[in-house]
Amino acid sequence: MRIVATVNGETHEVDDVWEGESLLYVLRERMGLLGSKNACEQGECGSCTVYLDGVAACACLVAAGQAQGRDILTVEGLADDLGLHPIQQAFIDAGAVQCGFCTPGLIVAAHDLLRRDPDPDDPEIRESLAGNLCRCTGYEKILDAVHLAAVRMSSAGGPP
Amino acid sequence: MEFLAPTSLAEAVAAKAEQPNAVPITGGTDVMVELNFDRHRPPALIDLTRVPELSEWAPDNGHIRLGAGVTYTRVINELSDLLPGLAMASRTVGSPQIRNRGTVGGNLGAASPAGDSHPPLLAAGAAVELVSVDGTRTVPIEEFYTGVKEHAARPAELISAVLVTPATGPQQFSKIGTRNAMVIAVSAFGLALHPDRKQVGAGIGSAAPTPRRAAAAATWLAEALEADNLWESRGPLPDALAAEFGEHVKTAAAPIDDVRGTAAYRLHSLSVMARRCLTWAWADYSRIGRS
Repeated sequence: MRIVATVNGETHEVDDVWEGESLLYVLRERMGLLGSKNACEQGECGSCTVYLDGVAACACLVAAGQAQGRDILTVEGLADDLGLHPIQQAFIDAGAVQCGFCTPGLIVAAHDLLRRDPDPDDPEIRESLAGNLCRCTGYEKILDAVHLAAVRMSSAGGPP
Repeated sequence: MEFLAPTSLAEAVAAKAEQPNAVPITGGTDVMVELNFDRHRPPALIDLTRVPELSEWAPDNGHIRLGAGVTYTRVINELSDLLPGLAMASRTVGSPQIRNRGTVGGNLGAASPAGDSHPPLLAAGAAVELVSVDGTRTVPIEEFYTGVKEHAARPAELISAVLVTPATGPQQFSKIGTRNAMVIAVSAFGLALHPDRKQVGAGIGSAAPTPRRAAAAATWLAEALEADNLWESRGPLPDALAAEFGEHVKTAAAPIDDVRGTAAYRLHSLSVMARRCLTWAWADYSRIGRS
């Protein structure tokens, strides 16, 4: 089937999509957007977290047809021409990236948290990122990165 | 495979009548896992996310009519006062991403003995609304679960809503797992006190082939509270009574050993959760009485 959806502000149109495939497969294999990672394919790891009509979701659990006509924002859509999003920069500066495979999902999940709560405490961050697995860092630097992003974003004038 | 995308309930039930083997999908948190791992390849998917009738909840004839497509996130944000037990259980589902997509209707459709919605629905008193081209019927929640991952809906029927009695007293939920998030319950327990009619509801999860009520334990507790005039006095709950309630709840279970836990552990944990849930609920009930 043909899928037409808005991804990161641009209309994408892809053909020959199998009815049983996931939005993640469409993004990665048909649109060439490799930021959303494919790890568990069962919603356990959060590596494929994207916004679907403004709601954070695991792209591996969205059927391709469910994305028809919807508005999707992936990690690629967070940076702009001026540079990285403050959350992305904070992950780099705080040393929250090791192998990097979980990072795109964590960036989107952290983005979703900070737009709801611009100054979260540790338990709130842990709860909000509970659906994103990282096997390298032990999460401490990730918490540091979210706090750093929160400080920088609030001093820059508010949430994303 | 076909992908059907009805935009009204009438279209959805017509599609299900035409293709009874089509699999309904909303949040995809179960259905897509089956597809991604090629465990199941249905002839068609019926996407219910564009059916507006399924995506709302409203008070209806003394119940809350919770549309099958309402997500856990919305249950938490919008129904914590009216359906506190279900909201508590919803907070323990998966992760934020899963709660944003997953639905109580989907939990009912999967009918896993470990589903988090079931114990609070069994405790609160609920009925599942099933719809087909022939009309609508409701099935009491305790009759809905018919086997491991099997339920009472006929092939041509869709789960359209669950009707839940709003809380008239404290409700509690407890669940055992290896961490807070992304846990399939090792065992789970839901409790509802119904002081308006001096009754108790209790439901157990992951401790039998289906979710089921702990009906005898609930009746025992209601009568024990009445015998000590505790419904009226809202006085302190005797420790022995809470512990004995836990022992009674165990008798409702028929657990197995599996990868998540042993039958013996499930029985023990049920008794502990039942005791704790009752203690917490009673603390709330006593507090309400004093205020």
